[in-house]
Amino acid sequence: MSLILLIEQILNGLQFGIMLFLMAAGLTLIFGVMGLINLAHGSLYMIGAFCAAAVAGATGSFLLGLIAALAGAAIAGALVELVVIRRLYTKDHLDQVLATFALILIFSEGTRWLFGSFPLFLDIPDALSGPVTLPGGIEYPLYRLTLIIVGLLVAAGLFLLISRTRLGIQIRAGENDREMIAALGVDIAKLYTIVFALGAALAGLAGALVGAIQSVQVGMGEPVLILAFVVIVIGGIGSIKGALIGAILVGLTDTLGGIFLPELMKLFFSPATATSIGSSIASMSIYILMAAVLVLRPTGLFGARA
Amino acid sequence: MTRETLFNSAALAALALVPLWAHFSGEPFTVTLATRAVILALAAVGLHIALGLGGLVSLGHAVFFGIGGYAMGILAHHAQTYTPLMEWPFVIEGTKSMPVIWLVAVVLSSVVAYFIGLLSLRTSGVYFIMITLAFGQMFFFFAISWSAYGGEDGLSIYVRNGFPGVNTLVPIQFYALCFVILAAVMFFAARLQRSPFGLALNAARQAPDRVETVGLNPMRLRLIAFVLSGAITGLAGALFADLNRFVSPTMFSWQMSGELIIFIILGGLGRLYGPVVGAVVFVALEHILGDLSDYWHIYLGVLLLGVVLFARGGIIGMLLGREVAHD
Amino acid sequence: MTEAILATQGISKSFGALKASDDVSIDLMAGEIHAIIGPNGAGKSTLIKQICGGLKPDTGTVKLLGEDVTDLPTELRARAGLGRTFQISALAMEDTVLQNAVLGALGGQGNPWRFFKPVLKDKDLLDTAMEALERVGLQDHAKTRTAELSHGQRRQLEVAVALTLKPKAFVMDEPMAGLGTEGSKRLTEFLGDLRHQAPILLVEHDMDAVFALADRISVLVYGKVIATGTVEEIRANKDVRDAYLGDEA
Repeated sequence: MSLILLIEQILNGLQFGIMLFLMAAGLTLIFGVMGLINLAHGSLYMIGAFCAAAVAGATGSFLLGLIAALAGAAIAGALVELVVIRRLYTKDHLDQVLATFALILIFSEGTRWLFGSFPLFLDIPDALSGPVTLPGGIEYPLYRLTLIIVGLLVAAGLFLLISRTRLGIQIRAGENDREMIAALGVDIAKLYTIVFALGAALAGLAGALVGAIQSVQVGMGEPVLILAFVVIVIGGIGSIKGALIGAILVGLTDTLGGIFLPELMKLFFSPATATSIGSSIASMSIYILMAAVLVLRPTGLFGARA
Repeated sequence: MTRETLFNSAALAALALVPLWAHFSGEPFTVTLATRAVILALAAVGLHIALGLGGLVSLGHAVFFGIGGYAMGILAHHAQTYTPLMEWPFVIEGTKSMPVIWLVAVVLSSVVAYFIGLLSLRTSGVYFIMITLAFGQMFFFFAISWSAYGGEDGLSIYVRNGFPGVNTLVPIQFYALCFVILAAVMFFAARLQRSPFGLALNAARQAPDRVETVGLNPMRLRLIAFVLSGAITGLAGALFADLNRFVSPTMFSWQMSGELIIFIILGGLGRLYGPVVGAVVFVALEHILGDLSDYWHIYLGVLLLGVVLFARGGIIGMLLGREVAHD
Repeated sequence: MTEAILATQGISKSFGALKASDDVSIDLMAGEIHAIIGPNGAGKSTLIKQICGGLKPDTGTVKLLGEDVTDLPTELRARAGLGRTFQISALAMEDTVLQNAVLGALGGQGNPWRFFKPVLKDKDLLDTAMEALERVGLQDHAKTRTAELSHGQRRQLEVAVALTLKPKAFVMDEPMAGLGTEGSKRLTEFLGDLRHQAPILLVEHDMDAVFALADRISVLVYGKVIATGTVEEIRANKDVRDAYLGDEA
């Protein structure tokens, strides 16, 4: 096990974590401000990926594809909020789960109907393909490195948005006291639509960016959605900072666990058994992490105390 | 007899008679479809104890369904390959006997439900939903990576397992077996609902503070409800695998957990017959709409949205009024 | 000197910079009603939570019948003999009045782990429940769904559920809240008698009721007990007048 491989895997984990953060940030914002559990967030991720693949395929421009992903997911998010989601804010979590589950069915089958069951492919733009040599002589794919940087920039932008802008003040006020923001004369309905669309755009961006290194297909959103849930359970619901740290923890645990646990098991078992046991445990590692956090802090690392 | 008991008796009678009629008019496929409905109903009756009585929105009940399925798959796999399950420290052989498989399924899913409950019930509300969902995913991925038992492809069983005195290979006989189990479990669930435990659990859902201040521990009530609930869903999982003679990681999938909740809401939350009516209607829709369109999930989605937004009492609620009888 | 049935000894609780309870020592003697009054935000709810469980004081102890219960969870304090009513009725609204009372009886009996026999056919539980309902005058509403009760009847049911536990001490959080004049008067009479069964720690805003009922009054301001004494002593206390009673007294 060389140092270079280790650094490579850490970067992979970081990249995965950052993409999870884009999903988790939207989910946690939506829950924090509106008190809504949104299972259909994965569908918005999928919509972003499909918009990007379709537009990039038609125009040949990855950048246009990204813009289409952001716009498509934000519009889909705003529409869904206006038509369905806003009827759910006053309902209980069970209703929210079911209604957003219904939305997944509609979005998934609708997309299958439009694009068919075969995966689409979104190519990495030429300018970003190939490896780059990092200090220390480590070769790493430029595109993945770009994902890390873009993700970190978006995270920084989000922190600025929330801490510095008028919208951010309203969001924070909304998390603390819904009546207060009404008293401040903020149009709550509009604020909610904007927050939902913002979360949707982040999910769409993540879908498009990841779509270039995986295939773009129906059902791609839900596994990521569930990991994003794990992230915000670990980080604490409603906390953007918790989402970032939780996402990186989950990304690193997943990636490093997949590589090192089989190696670790080789100390105890024959190679074949070790690989099998190691990968089984690795597939469960992030959930074990989640359980451990729950035992220590039931409201997550940065969650408000219950 | 109130309208509700009349409705319930009619539903039960239809479940008993329609497959019998299908059997005699030479439509074994309908019998198989009915078997599927009855087994899924059983799984959802299990969830009803946690969700309807205990108010625990578990989005991870597929865990128990899958454990039941794999209990059947693994035991039958070893029996059909004549290899022991384990040899050390003592030998465990596979089996093709349904009662043994059921027992294993129930015990295993209870134990797992106990530990998942112990962790998840430390939280509530939306955390609980997400955590149960995550545990479901954990088992799903574990099953996929468990190459000894088929990994992603799952396990096939050549011949359905046996039950003393019943030829389980005949669809109507296997159906009768499943129906009797469902009826028995529903009888116990109905008693449970009215028992001291049921009263306390019901109150713990509505007013946990009150339950505490009369000296009962709501957490422990919920935990026991969760274990009972998991055990029943696990039993259903073993039957489901036997019906298909196949078990795969999809039994652990989060969509499965979602469907169990759908059955309950579609039929009517809080009512024992809700999950049963919901499961039957779901299987019928799946069959009818699935024939009409490849994209029938869209219609299901719209229907479900309609129920959530406009008809919270589900089908039974629409027929008999939203008020859930408490006696 | 006889020992207090229920007592807090120097309990303090802070939330950040806010001292919600500041070295509070209150005791409840057999046969008495001890009222706790104080302006909004004085820390009355925090104090009740520390007495009944749910919040652990930073320092100090809570004693019930001489036993230290500071570390016990709510349900074990209830079993040890603490009966509580809530400010906002905490009842199973979908269930009937009788079912709520039976729940109390079940708690008093301490064994909910029976899964088969219908609870409403258990004669012991029914007797205890009906007796409590009769005492508060709700026996004719036994089959009524709790959600259909009037506000005043819910308050009566709160008391009835507490009665089924046959507690050694009551803690009542604003039982008069929201009751009309007639309702307050009836409940005042009832509590006046109840004190002989078990003493009552009464947190109440209704000054007429407090002055009519209390054997002793403690005044809580900013988490501190600024005075404890009989009705006359409290009425005459200058600090209390300045801090709280104002023109009312």
